[in-house]
Amino acid sequence: MTYVRDVGALARKDLLLELRARDTLPAMLLFVAAVFVVFHFALPGTPSRLETIGFLWVAILFTALLALGRAFVPEREQRTLDGLVLAPCDRSAIWVAKTLATLVFLAAAELVALPLYALFFHHVGGATVLAVALADLGICAVGTFLGAMAVVTRARDLLLPLLFLPLAIPIVVGAVGASVAHAPGKYLVFLALYDALFAVVCWGTFEFVVSE
Amino acid sequence: MSARAATIRPVGLPRRIPLTALALASLVLVTTALVFVFYVAPNDVRGLGFSQKIFYFHVSIAFTAYACFIAGAWKALRHLWKRDPDADLASYVCVHQGIIFGTMVLVTGSIWAKYAWGHWWVWGEDELVLFLVVFLFYCAYFMLRFSLDPGPQRANLSAVYALFGVILIPVSFAAIRLSKEFLHPRVFTLHGPNFGGWILVTYCIAQAAMFVLAYTLYRIEAAGKRLDLRLRDLREAVA
Repeated sequence: MTYVRDVGALARKDLLLELRARDTLPAMLLFVAAVFVVFHFALPGTPSRLETIGFLWVAILFTALLALGRAFVPEREQRTLDGLVLAPCDRSAIWVAKTLATLVFLAAAELVALPLYALFFHHVGGATVLAVALADLGICAVGTFLGAMAVVTRARDLLLPLLFLPLAIPIVVGAVGASVAHAPGKYLVFLALYDALFAVVCWGTFEFVVSE
Repeated sequence: MSARAATIRPVGLPRRIPLTALALASLVLVTTALVFVFYVAPNDVRGLGFSQKIFYFHVSIAFTAYACFIAGAWKALRHLWKRDPDADLASYVCVHQGIIFGTMVLVTGSIWAKYAWGHWWVWGEDELVLFLVVFLFYCAYFMLRFSLDPGPQRANLSAVYALFGVILIPVSFAAIRLSKEFLHPRVFTLHGPNFGGWILVTYCIAQAAMFVLAYTLYRIEAAGKRLDLRLRDLREAVA
């Protein structure tokens, strides 16, 4: 129970910080809208649903990268990570809380992005919404973990996309498959398995990322 | 070897085959493999002509690269779990060898694609696409490692990322298989029922040659890296 309370307190801290500073979410919203407009001009003629659904996933992935890149920046700037690591709680709670906070940001951005996509391009099906939910989990779990790694390196923001994109390829496969296939079941199961597998690995190894 | 000789070895280094013997063994095996591939194995399999011979090396190099990545992850696990002092360096050298062999996989695969389909790259070959994903992943491993100062943190982060790699391999493979709604005919597989006799023997020799070659290169690089570290320690002691 203390674990849940710790996670709750840490996640609330991140959400409060965002609520007061409003750094990340407005940037994500503006970015995803701008990307859609760029796509309109990048796709010649009248693009089919297959083409635009691919671009939707590219937009989601890159919008998520914005939030993931920011996730550990306040901790670095204010040097709070040392304090969090020293706090008498399980270190994996830091990762769980960060993942939850990032998940909230990403979901909020998608609440705007998906209707916008439907307005600009094509309708969004139920399977796509489910795929978005499952993919978000994987993106945030793995991305936050890698964000914690990237933030301590010299290259910092530069490194996160490089570390993240190869690991995100299975997510893209599952998500696009679920969006376009007639029977999206197996793709959704694949996404869920990916989430579960990587969540367990991240949860088990986060200790080594923040401590020596 | 007597017990006394074993005690004067540096700490943490188990008894090993001498490097010279390994180098000689790889030379002999690679030469034998070349002779078998070009003179013993049949010139034509399923009408693919002479170009199919690249597969003896392409496939064996690919398995060697995977073995290197798995060995790297194993050493990474040793580092995180047992705090083995030598494991971080060993893990890095394994991944480095994996990247070298991985580059050869992409090159040989590209050559085969050019001869078989007329293009240098085809997205229809699952194994080749998988390799590209894995290759990108491990290139990022180097970016991560070179962006950190030497020390326990670099060792930890590299180890964790190397562990992610071996999980990504089967997951990506499943993903790439899933991504193909249309069916691509399998043109060539070594595990098919029609392959036996000299083809199998040649393949086994080529595979053994690549494994031994990779291990020899690993040993040489690791020895060089350890020497570098010792030299740096000595310099610091003198300064």
